[in-house]
Amino acid sequence: MSTTMNDSVNKPNIGAMETRSGAALSAARISIRNLDFFYGANKALKGINAEIPDRQVTGMIGPSGCGKSTLLRVINRMYDLYPGQRATGEVLMDGANIIAPGVDLNHLRSRIGMVFQKPTPFPMSIYDNIAFGVKLHEQLSKTAMDERVEWSLTRAALWGEVKDRLGTSAMGLSGGQQQRLCIARTIAVRPEVILFDEPTSALDPISTLKIEELIDELKRDFTIVIVTHNMQQAARCADQVAFFYLGELVEVGTAAQMFTAPQQHRTQEYITGRFG
Amino acid sequence: MPETTEHIVKRYDQELKRLAALITSMGGMVESQVALACTAILEGDSEAASRAIESDPAVDGLEREVEQFVIRLLALRQPMAQDLRLIFASLKITGDFERIGDYATNVAKRSLVLRQFALPFKLSGLAHMSRLVQENLKLIVDAVGETNTEKALQVWRSDAAIDEIYDALFRELITYMMEDPRNITPCTHLLFIAKNLERIGDHATNIAELVHYAELGVPLIDARPKGDTSSSAVVRPAREQ
Repeated sequence: MSTTMNDSVNKPNIGAMETRSGAALSAARISIRNLDFFYGANKALKGINAEIPDRQVTGMIGPSGCGKSTLLRVINRMYDLYPGQRATGEVLMDGANIIAPGVDLNHLRSRIGMVFQKPTPFPMSIYDNIAFGVKLHEQLSKTAMDERVEWSLTRAALWGEVKDRLGTSAMGLSGGQQQRLCIARTIAVRPEVILFDEPTSALDPISTLKIEELIDELKRDFTIVIVTHNMQQAARCADQVAFFYLGELVEVGTAAQMFTAPQQHRTQEYITGRFG
Repeated sequence: MPETTEHIVKRYDQELKRLAALITSMGGMVESQVALACTAILEGDSEAASRAIESDPAVDGLEREVEQFVIRLLALRQPMAQDLRLIFASLKITGDFERIGDYATNVAKRSLVLRQFALPFKLSGLAHMSRLVQENLKLIVDAVGETNTEKALQVWRSDAAIDEIYDALFRELITYMMEDPRNITPCTHLLFIAKNLERIGDHATNIAELVHYAELGVPLIDARPKGDTSSSAVVRPAREQ
C-alpha cells in the first residue's frame, strides 16, 4: 500500500505535525507521481507518490534494498547511465517532468546535485575540485571564480580549515574534510536540490555531526533529500521522513510524527528495531 | 493493529519487561497502601494506619529505581515510537504512583489524629468516596499492567463522580463546622483527607491519559472531566446557589 504525503498529512488526530523547527512542511519543490522503476524486469519502485518540500530536509529510511537509494538515483537521472534501467510516471519540478526523454541531463544535474556515501574528491587541488564543475556551466573571471570557491567552501564549513592551502591536493584532506569538499563542489554550481546518499556512513561521529550541522545550515537555501541507514540521523536532520519497504513508500510524515507515533504498523516495527 | 513482534535485540525486550514489572509492582504497592489508609480512617484501625505509613519508603525506593532504569534505557537504547512512548509514560506513571503513596500516607497519619475526637456524625460520604477512589485505582493498576486502553478510558471518565462527591463532602463538613465550633479540628482533618482522596483520583486520571498515549500515540483530546467546584464554592458561594 502506498501513501502519498497528502494522505498522511491530512489524517486527523495525527499529533506532532510540526517539523523540527515547529513550522509546517513547506510547499512541494519536487512532486513524484505514480513512479515505477525497473532494473530490467525487476520492479524496484512501485507506484511512488510523494512531495519533497521546498528548502526542508526529507529523510528516506528503510531496510537495504527497499528502493530509497533507487529513488535518489531517479531524481537526478543517474540511472540513464545504465542500459536496461527505466522509470515510468512523473517526477515534476517546476511543472516539468524531469524523467521525460529530451531533458538536458547536464543542466538537470546542475540543478539537482548529489553527494555520495564515500567522499569522491578529484585528484587535483582543493581549488580545482570546486572550480572544475563551475567551469562546465559558467564562464567566470578569475576574481569571480575565486569568490565562488570561497563562497562554496565557506557554505560547506571548510573555508577556515583549507584557505591557506587551496593549491594543495584534495587527497590530503581527512575523510570528513573530503566529504565537506564534495558538498562545497556540489553547491558551487548553485543547485536547487541536493541529494545525499548516506553521506556520513564512512565518517567518524564528530565529522558526522559536522555534516549534519551543515545540512541544517544548507536547508535555508537548498531543498535537501538524504538517504540514511541511521535512524537517529534521520531523526536529527529531517523535517519530513519517508519510510520505504520492498519498493513501496509505506508512510511519509513529519520527523516528529514518524518517530513518536507512526501510523503504519510496518513503520513502527522498523523504527523500533523489531523488523526481521 | 497487528501484534507487536519482538525486538531484534532480545535484551531490549527483557529490559522493557523489567520496566513493566517494576511499574506493576509499584502499582500493587500503592493500591494496598491506599486500602490500608482507607481502613484506617473508616474503621479507626491504627494498625492499618501504621502499615500504610511504613510502606511509603519502599514506594519511594521503587520510584527511584524506575527513574534510574529509564535514564539507562534512554541513553543505551535510544527508543523510538511506541517504545519511546512507553518508557516516557512509565517515568510519568511512577511519579503519579509515588504521589498517590504520599497521599495515602497523609490520610493514614490524619486517621491517627482523628482517633482523639468523638465524631457526632457518620463518615458515610467519605466511605463512598474511598470506595470509588479504590475502584478507580484498582482499575488503573490493571490498565497499566495489561496496557488496556478501555479500562484507562473508564477510569478517565469516572473521575468526575469522585470530584462531585468531594464537592458534596466539602459542603457537608463546612456545615458541621458551622453547627459546632468543636467540630472544626476533626472536620479540617477530614477535609484534608477528602482532598487527598480526590487527588488520588486525579493521579489515576493522569495515569489513564498516559496509558492511552503510550499505546495509541494520540493524547486523550477532550478536556479532562472536572466535577470539583469546591474552590469556586469558597470564592463565590452566591453564584453556586
